[in-house]
Amino acid sequence: MNWIDFWWNTLWPIAIIIAQSLLLLVALLIFIAYILLADRKIWAAVQMRRGPNVVGPFGLLQSFADLLKFVLKEPIIPAGANKGVFLLAPLVTCVLALAAWAVIPVHPGWSVAEINVGILYIFAISSLMVYGVIMAGWASNSKYPFLAALRSAAQMVSYEVSIGFVIITVLLCAGSLNLTKIIEAQNGPWGMLQWYWLPLLPMFVVFFVSALAETNRPPFDLVEAESELVAGFMVEYSSTPYLLFMLGEYVAIVTMCAMGTILFLGGWLPPFPVAPFTWVPGIVWFVIKVCFMFFLFAMAKAMVPRYRYDQLMRLGWKVFLPLSLAMVVIVAAVLHFTGWAPK
Amino acid sequence: MTVPAFFFYLFSSIAVASAFMVIAGRNPVHSVLWLILTFVNAAGLFLLIGAEFLAMILIVVYVGAVAVLFLFVVMMLDVDFAELRDGLLQYLPIGALVGLVFLVELVLVVGSWVVGAGVSGAITQPIPNPAQVTNTEAIGRVLYTTYVHYFQLAGLVLLVAMIGAIVLTLHHRVNVKRQNVSAQNARTRDTAIEVVKIKPGKGL
Repeated sequence: MNWIDFWWNTLWPIAIIIAQSLLLLVALLIFIAYILLADRKIWAAVQMRRGPNVVGPFGLLQSFADLLKFVLKEPIIPAGANKGVFLLAPLVTCVLALAAWAVIPVHPGWSVAEINVGILYIFAISSLMVYGVIMAGWASNSKYPFLAALRSAAQMVSYEVSIGFVIITVLLCAGSLNLTKIIEAQNGPWGMLQWYWLPLLPMFVVFFVSALAETNRPPFDLVEAESELVAGFMVEYSSTPYLLFMLGEYVAIVTMCAMGTILFLGGWLPPFPVAPFTWVPGIVWFVIKVCFMFFLFAMAKAMVPRYRYDQLMRLGWKVFLPLSLAMVVIVAAVLHFTGWAPK
Repeated sequence: MTVPAFFFYLFSSIAVASAFMVIAGRNPVHSVLWLILTFVNAAGLFLLIGAEFLAMILIVVYVGAVAVLFLFVVMMLDVDFAELRDGLLQYLPIGALVGLVFLVELVLVVGSWVVGAGVSGAITQPIPNPAQVTNTEAIGRVLYTTYVHYFQLAGLVLLVAMIGAIVLTLHHRVNVKRQNVSAQNARTRDTAIEVVKIKPGKGL
């Protein structure tokens, strides 16, 4: 084989993919740093506090100070822990959370991998997130982490089911599993009234609540309910492994926000397809929508008290599952009999 | 070596090695974790032959749900490793016998396997053409038209299995305190709290 051909056909595309991934990773991590700060600031504002305001102007560098603190501290591995699995768990959480971003299109054509089953890929990755928690809980060899791991495994598996049905209703309307095509299916003269949040409003609510439960955000943070389980599955973790858990959790939250943006809020589309809105590049709309979704997440954390465990399971299995199953049938029937189904 | 070939050897060697670790591992939880690695690599192999839908479903169903339940059960079981090893010699002859029978059967079946004419042509040219129809659509077309009755039947079998499992495990004990959710949700402020004005120094 000719070496120049080999370079242009094999190595050069790989180099481009690596460069794109690095760019995405850096942008995403900086975004996460400020999302984390925003979370704390919003929470503080609701409770009439100031929140972090010491490091940098308005506390803008707080997340980076936290990063330094976590990295420089001593990682402690308990004597009874299963060392390999103990260290693997935070890595799994963080790597999986970041891997989901490979397919998310933040702008027309801007995704590292444009695959036909994009939405299934994100769903598959988010269904693997439970392993980080369950491995951490088991490997810590301690009571509270173990209880938290069992609890959260049940919780995350339960809410995945309703998220799956929500995705199916959106797919019925869009007629494709490709994320770009799902966004383009929401494009139309009515602008934001044509995005799926309005026609599928009950599903948007179910998706939002299930996303809270799936990412273990309050009011469903039973995984780390400090009043019952100290800090849940993270009790035995410190320094960098803990940082990886924290990072993975926030990346998963932003992924869920991005997923909500793509499925229900029209991705990069402008709210109205007229002049001043269409001048703004798509990525700006995408980021604005993700931030809006995150604001909802943060407000839910600040305002809603924690659910009891049996209430959580009841909501998942006895309310959301029948509701979303019924919606799949209704949406399919409406699309079929009105002839609106995508060809 | 081209990139797909490299990934084929990577995925398949990891899959075989981790499948070996499933049965070689002493700790059952480690075995389940190796099993998960095997599933993920099998999904990678599916991706390489262009069956992206099957690959994702394999991960969602087997890794995301079935293996979680395995892990759940194995973690909660109190397995005595010493006892497990004690029984090894006792079960070795019968295990070896079953293995031998299986091996002979495999040799007989695979030995008499003849690749039909035109199969190689069908494999190199998948129907329908993947350039025009995504494989989600291709599977859907076959599953919901030609094989719709088998598909429904499989669903029915799963439903019966689910009901069976629930019937076997659900013991509805009588004298246990239960929460009546609808009664609880029907409570209003008026029925739940009572405001009592108390004069200072009087008590209730």
